[in-house]
Amino acid sequence: MTKTLFTNARLIQPVALTDSIGALLVEDGVITEVFEEAPKVKGAQVIECGGMCLAPGIIDIGVKVSEPGERHKESFRSAGRAAAAGGVTTIVTRPDTLPAIDTPETLEFVARRAQEDAPVHVLPMAALTKERAGREMTEIGFLQDGGAVAFTDCDRVVVNTKVFSRALTYAKSLDALVIAHVQEPGLSEGAAVTSGKFASLRGLPGVSPMAERMALDRDIGLLEMTGAKYHADQITTARALPALERAKRNGLDITAGIGVHHLTLNELDVADYRTFFKLKPPLRSEDDRLAVVQAVADGVIDIICSMHTPQDEESKRLPYEEAASGAVALETLLPAALRLYHEEQLTLPQLFRAMALNPARRLGLNAGRLRAGCAADLVLFDPDAPFVLDRATLQSKSKNTPFDGARMQGKVLGTWVDGVEVSGRL
Amino acid sequence: MSFRARHLLGIEHLAPDEITEVLDLADQYADHNRAGRSHKDVLAGMTQINMFFENSTRTQASFELAGKKLGADVMNMAMQASSIKKGETLIDTALTLNAMHPDLLVVRHPNSGAVDLLAQKVNGAVLNAGDGRHEHPTQALLDALTIRRAKGRLHRLSVAICGDISHSRVARSNIMLLGKMENRVRLIGPPTLMPSGISEFGCEVFDTMEEGLKDVDVVMMLRLQKERMDGGFIPSEREYFHRYGLDFAKLSNAKDDAIVMHPGPMNRGVEIDGNIADDINRSVIQTQVEMGVAVRMAAMDLLARNLKLNRKNPQGVMA
Repeated sequence: MTKTLFTNARLIQPVALTDSIGALLVEDGVITEVFEEAPKVKGAQVIECGGMCLAPGIIDIGVKVSEPGERHKESFRSAGRAAAAGGVTTIVTRPDTLPAIDTPETLEFVARRAQEDAPVHVLPMAALTKERAGREMTEIGFLQDGGAVAFTDCDRVVVNTKVFSRALTYAKSLDALVIAHVQEPGLSEGAAVTSGKFASLRGLPGVSPMAERMALDRDIGLLEMTGAKYHADQITTARALPALERAKRNGLDITAGIGVHHLTLNELDVADYRTFFKLKPPLRSEDDRLAVVQAVADGVIDIICSMHTPQDEESKRLPYEEAASGAVALETLLPAALRLYHEEQLTLPQLFRAMALNPARRLGLNAGRLRAGCAADLVLFDPDAPFVLDRATLQSKSKNTPFDGARMQGKVLGTWVDGVEVSGRL
Repeated sequence: MSFRARHLLGIEHLAPDEITEVLDLADQYADHNRAGRSHKDVLAGMTQINMFFENSTRTQASFELAGKKLGADVMNMAMQASSIKKGETLIDTALTLNAMHPDLLVVRHPNSGAVDLLAQKVNGAVLNAGDGRHEHPTQALLDALTIRRAKGRLHRLSVAICGDISHSRVARSNIMLLGKMENRVRLIGPPTLMPSGISEFGCEVFDTMEEGLKDVDVVMMLRLQKERMDGGFIPSEREYFHRYGLDFAKLSNAKDDAIVMHPGPMNRGVEIDGNIADDINRSVIQTQVEMGVAVRMAAMDLLARNLKLNRKNPQGVMA
């Protein structure tokens, strides 16, 4: 029986929303006790945390690992290392691979590869429709038996409302979580940026922020019909928030997420066609950014994720409209999110409510908080340590981060998965 | 000398005194061209490559003639037919060409920002001959010179730009240039062809010609691209001409001495009545073509001067 005692740590408690010095005992990979004063524990390895922050490990919903199909962009090994370096203890992977994860067989491949190579927990998601084509639903039951924790066609919207409503109805019977991308597909077709003055100045095709609300409105209607368990992957605009709030108030089983880039960057960061800032949905106005930051603070938006999307240089070094969307963020998720803490927009417990507690609750995991009986998935970090990000140092195979050269604060000192240290050094 | 730019990528990055310097020099070239004076020494020994990733006859011919008049060795590359079709990326194409050490690269590309991207990868001076719906700086400069010669000034004029503002790089460059030179810009067109955020551009926006043309000094018509018809932006050509086509009745709202401009090629009977286009008292469309050569000579001359300075003094301050 192994025992580890973390002493003199700032314990970040996302349930009680407290942030105070204490100690934590881990036995055999499980948190067994939380103390205000560190006791003497016989036979325990003691980790003196030096007053640094100890928080539940980050649970990141929506990570793209490019296996199968594009292993040169990201493998389970490289993504796992990036996660460990970034304090992410569980990655929930996306099925938008080549081919898509839409059969129990491909799911089994992914589960095996993850098991062999990744030092952190990997929970796979599966496609909602075959080939993510929006025509026929996948074998949701078999896939769930095979370990799929949620069903999503990723950035493809199921355009046919009838198909989507049937998939939701079927998923409901299995209590399966469906994750949707909310962009009205006609309005957002071909868009590279958010419409407005900046889009027009740069001569880039834009999509109205209204496209997000329209898609959310449709899905809320379908939820009223079906009662399904639903999560909107990214809510990034102010206009969508009242509808989301209302749906929650009306008792629908709905949650919403947001990528860390939409919380920390705005459309002007694209500047002179910098394609590393090309995301899906596109970066929004500063007004929208401030609104969604507030929504995370208020708990209207539940979950912050990295939307980790590896792209190689070839797919980014193109004219803006033709360049691929997405950014890597497993390692930058925490320091980027800490910008909101340093700007006093969110507290540390609020951040970890959105990055650990809420994702754990949504997926039904016994993790995401510092409480006896929970898995000892932990991250120890210094929230203030400054550094300048050099993308070449990232563990990911792809280096497409918009934060290259950015001044950031917050360094991970150690990451523990089931009580075992997987990265970092005190 | 105030024109310090290394490339001419857009009007956005030019200061008013830089614009004036280009126009002053172009003004001289225009006079000299009429007088038949030769300037073969200006770009002698320099190589100019015209890379057009999008079809163009007029702009390409204008750049070619401008280069030849200044004595450059001019090469035209029709990029649509070349390696792009074989899957080569824009950056590889740029690097390949750069290895041939061209001094001046004239580039047109269907994607906004593509010329900026290419300019980051080459040593020579890049002239943007139109990128997507972003900018077309030499068109705005030639329009400015045409206005200045016709009106005797390039400030405190009321200029109407009419038609498909949304998809027009000519409109964007002109809005910026005319704004920088302190003119009033009015934009007229159907709301479906207005870009988003247009109210923040510092222009007045109208959706009828009668209102929009009231007392303007300059009427700038834009080409209505036929492919817009399929996108459902307007119901039909004939309704468009009825509401937004420039005819004498609509033009009568403008000042009596208002001039009419068009960047070409024109769709007679769609955006402009053929009789107006041919009216030598109102239309300066042919002058625009003439000024095009002079403006491109001036722009290439100035960029070549900066290029030579930069080569002599590689630590120079040029951005």
